[in-house]
Amino acid sequence: MNDVQRKLMQPSAATKQDRRGKIISLICIVFILILTVSLIGFIAVRGLATFFTNHVSLREFFFSSAWNPGQLGKNGQPQVGAAAMITASFAVTLLSAILATPFAVAVALYMTELAPKRGARLLQPVIELLVGIPSVVYGFIGLIVVVPAIRTLFGGTGFGVLAGSLVLFVMILPTITSLTIDSLKQVPDYYRSASLALGATRWQTIYKVILRAALPGILTAVVFGMARAFGEALAVQMVIGNAALMPTSLVTPTATLTSQLTSQMGDTIMGTLPNNALWSLALVLLLMSVIFNVLIKWIGKRGEMQK
Amino acid sequence: MTKQSTSPLLRTRDVHLYYGEKEALHGINLDFNQHEITALIGPSGCGKSTYLRCLNRMNDLAGNVTITGSFELDGQDIYRPQQDVVELRKLVGMVFQQPNPFPFSVFDNVAYGMRVQGITDKKVLTERVESSLRQAAVWDEVKDQLNKNALAFSGGQQQRICIARLLAVQPEVILLDEPTSALDPISSAKIEETLQDIKTDYTIIIVTHSMQQASRISDKTAFMLNGDLIEYGKTKKLFLNPEKEATSDYLNGKFG
Repeated sequence: MNDVQRKLMQPSAATKQDRRGKIISLICIVFILILTVSLIGFIAVRGLATFFTNHVSLREFFFSSAWNPGQLGKNGQPQVGAAAMITASFAVTLLSAILATPFAVAVALYMTELAPKRGARLLQPVIELLVGIPSVVYGFIGLIVVVPAIRTLFGGTGFGVLAGSLVLFVMILPTITSLTIDSLKQVPDYYRSASLALGATRWQTIYKVILRAALPGILTAVVFGMARAFGEALAVQMVIGNAALMPTSLVTPTATLTSQLTSQMGDTIMGTLPNNALWSLALVLLLMSVIFNVLIKWIGKRGEMQK
Repeated sequence: MTKQSTSPLLRTRDVHLYYGEKEALHGINLDFNQHEITALIGPSGCGKSTYLRCLNRMNDLAGNVTITGSFELDGQDIYRPQQDVVELRKLVGMVFQQPNPFPFSVFDNVAYGMRVQGITDKKVLTERVESSLRQAAVWDEVKDQLNKNALAFSGGQQQRICIARLLAVQPEVILLDEPTSALDPISSAKIEETLQDIKTDYTIIIVTHSMQQASRISDKTAFMLNGDLIEYGKTKKLFLNPEKEATSDYLNGKFG
């Protein structure tokens, strides 16, 4: 065997390392996949038991707002109507997103377009701090400040959708803001130059070009914020009132899917209907997060096609 | 506006520009006649683009830039403190090196300048979009696809859409900053034709890397080197019979 042949025949150390790295990554991926699939499977099996084992109808679950899975109702059936929680979850999510979006866009515009240097120096730490505050602290402030304020202003107990939305508004503001900033920064500078060189003012450039070009990114930011609001449990639980009742106004006590889960999960026995009913709520949450994810992907794709 | 071609439409005197402490332009005197094409040539970094960007005050956008000297458009000082920069840029428009249409439809792109001026009449918009696209010699290629995203067209078409977008604002002066350097030769030739066609209505100042381009299309040429204006005159004269040695060296490729 000559020298060239020998060199060709021997596997190099680098190639072996390459293969090992690939195997390690593969193992990790498979592990994560198994974890995700079993999580979804577990929640699905438990959540669907309400309908298959306990024979609660889907109609009852989604459209009745009588929630008392531990007891039988007048018709002799267990009361597993989640309409109140689903409504409350959507109400706080939409309301907080509607409140937060204009603020987030204004702050993001200030930080990227109007005063990039000063804005970034002053506001970047503020936004990071808002992200870093634990949700129990938000809930606590909500309980001590927001709830009494609402009680004084609007009457009632102060607990309810409005209190939940106000707390969530502050919590999702940094999410929407920072993602909006990212999408504004991705708008190429030559759109700005082109617009200004055509005799547009800075404001016209912002709302006719920059916001329009960044719109898919901003929508994604809002959906991310809504996903966060929909999934937030602790802070909401502290101000929502925790009564599984259909909200009749913004200031009546109610419960969201998440707050119902956190407040009730310790009181039920595995395998019984009250426990299965909570898993069904969890399944709804899971489905919603899938929907939010699909929405984000879809907006992203639409945005790409535009470019 | 005066229509006499004897007095220049745009007159600049003793233009100095500093990036912080560094002086990038050392006193440029240039006059531009109405309805002529003037080419600015010179090696990279000679200051020709920088100078061009002074003429519609695009350098204002970059911080840390100091500009001295006088700039008169039809006798008016465009750097006087009360000058409305937005109004100036409506009169002195710019086409950039990279085609930069907005990610909107062709129609919305060309209508943009009119819409920011508050023109909403659909008839006016449609008419002027068509006439601008025709002037920019791109109408035949886009007329059936006005609602298509401008970014879906080729680079050369995009650049002509950008020229149409500018023409729709009806400026007096058009500044072009190496408008064909990102394009293939065929697209470049079309842009050059376009410029020849529209020069009867506009005053055109073009920065170009290509000496052939300058010699083909311009009436006058200015040669710049290291922030100085070396020579300025009729294009034919400058190319065939340059006065300065630096100019003839550059034209003969003896530069650098």
